Amino acid sequence: MSRALSPWREFVILSEVPGLERLTVALRTQEDVVLLRHRVREHAVSLSFSLLDQTKIVTAASELGRNAVTYGGGGEAVIEAARDGFRIGLVLTVLDHGPGIANLDEAMRAGFSTGTGLGLGLSGTRRLVHEFDLRSTVGQGTVVRIVRWK
Amino acid sequence: MERIPIIKIGKYLLVTVQTDVQDNVALALQEDLGNRIIATRARLVLFDISSLQVVDSFIGRVIADIAGIARLLDAEVVVVGMQPAVAITLVELGLTLNGVRTALNVESAVAMAGIRDPI
Amino acid sequence: MTSNSTSPLVDQLRANYPSLLDSWIAGQKSAGASRPDLISDADLRRQCSELLTMLIEALASGETDISKPAWERMRATLRSVSMSRARGGWAPSETVQFVFSLKQPLFASLAAEDRAANSAVILELDHLIDRLGLFTADVYQQGREEVILRQQQELLELSTPVVKLWDGILALPLIGTLDSERTQVVMETLLQALIETGSTIAIIDITGVPTVDTRVAQHLIQTVSAARLMGADCLISGIRPQIAQTIVHLGVSLPDVVTKATLADAFVAALDRLGRHVVSNGQASASGR
Repeated sequence: MSRALSPWREFVILSEVPGLERLTVALRTQEDVVLLRHRVREHAVSLSFSLLDQTKIVTAASELGRNAVTYGGGGEAVIEAARDGFRIGLVLTVLDHGPGIANLDEAMRAGFSTGTGLGLGLSGTRRLVHEFDLRSTVGQGTVVRIVRWK
Repeated sequence: MERIPIIKIGKYLLVTVQTDVQDNVALALQEDLGNRIIATRARLVLFDISSLQVVDSFIGRVIADIAGIARLLDAEVVVVGMQPAVAITLVELGLTLNGVRTALNVESAVAMAGIRDPI
Repeated sequence: MTSNSTSPLVDQLRANYPSLLDSWIAGQKSAGASRPDLISDADLRRQCSELLTMLIEALASGETDISKPAWERMRATLRSVSMSRARGGWAPSETVQFVFSLKQPLFASLAAEDRAANSAVILELDHLIDRLGLFTADVYQQGREEVILRQQQELLELSTPVVKLWDGILALPLIGTLDSERTQVVMETLLQALIETGSTIAIIDITGVPTVDTRVAQHLIQTVSAARLMGADCLISGIRPQIAQTIVHLGVSLPDVVTKATLADAFVAALDRLGRHVVSNGQASASGR
């Protein structure tokens, strides 16, 4: 059964702007997560994000990437630029084909203070971005899409 | 596997974390540091993260764990040089790093330790 | 316009180029749009001359859609003129008048050559110049927006002065209403200043802030938390009764943040934390012996 956090909003993906092309990063190992951070940072810099905004989206990417590798059995990340009205932003979609999340509410509540459980850090990640969408199917995998607008 | 160097400076140990520490390297550091604290009987460990541009929940936990391990071995870890962007992001992430002492720079860290533990 | 009909048109325009140029410039002057205070006669003439040449070239292509490649150079030059006028303090009407002033000389010249044959051409040119004028207006608008954005940024930076009160103590006196965005910028500036000056205490003074809403209060708290994470701390001074009320009513808590009524009180508290206090000269010389 597929559970989603909320309806996914659609934006215009900017795919032909030089330097902002869609980028896919395979996520299998810890090194890949490091690479993901770099690529997200590069995209954010291309979009002229402030240092603080860069840090937020890269940290969020690190959380999601780590989850995909550690709990999702590996997956991939897609980095894109998007436009919504007159604002521009960075869209990161991380998907894995892992066990999926059985209890979404609990996962979103799970914080660092609990220290146990999946420690997904999803709730924290959500605070770092403007849009946070999640879809998960038990036994099939999880997709998380985050956006940070400039 | 790359291991993060631990440098002895007088009575202190200095660990400088460069950018993009991989998870297994961070975990190896915990082990190395514990051993080094015992071997040198250091009471203060300066954990320099001024080069770290990203601290996510995992690294945050590693730092907290390192502080906990050191405390059990009668040493104090002081995290030094956290960048503003990192601090703001950690606050928003909800990571408080409770129980971990922090200082603006090495000077303040040493002064802090000196007050607590005069020679 | 077909390629056939532009040939005589272009020939006529080329032949009358000097007088066209003069009339165009004169037209701008009589419309009061030439701004001798902003551009010299020589520069204006050069600009107009360049554009007139490009206009004739573009017309020679037979292309009437100004968005097409044949009009690329013309658009690029018009764009740069318009942008520089947007930044230079020209009025929008003056910038667009620049383009529209082309009409009179062109039409007059063509009508003088052959009114009957050129009537259709004049109509087409009219539409074309209108479109060029609109294009210029759009670019001007973009230019103005960029200027405003940059000025806002500068204002933001100017209005957040961080003051070093003493070794290790910074003060940030905030004046005026704080919106969420400004507060964030201010806070980042403060945290950066802590690192750069190696200060461990920051006093955020909000005496000059009339109201504080939930988001601003939260940003303040986040700043204190972030400063502490970095190994520094913040005191907040100047909380007025109304603001205290707002904060309490909003249910926002300021957990163990030291707050003082005045900046002076906060300064003394900060000094105290650093193990210092102020003594009068008499006392100092007595103890300094």
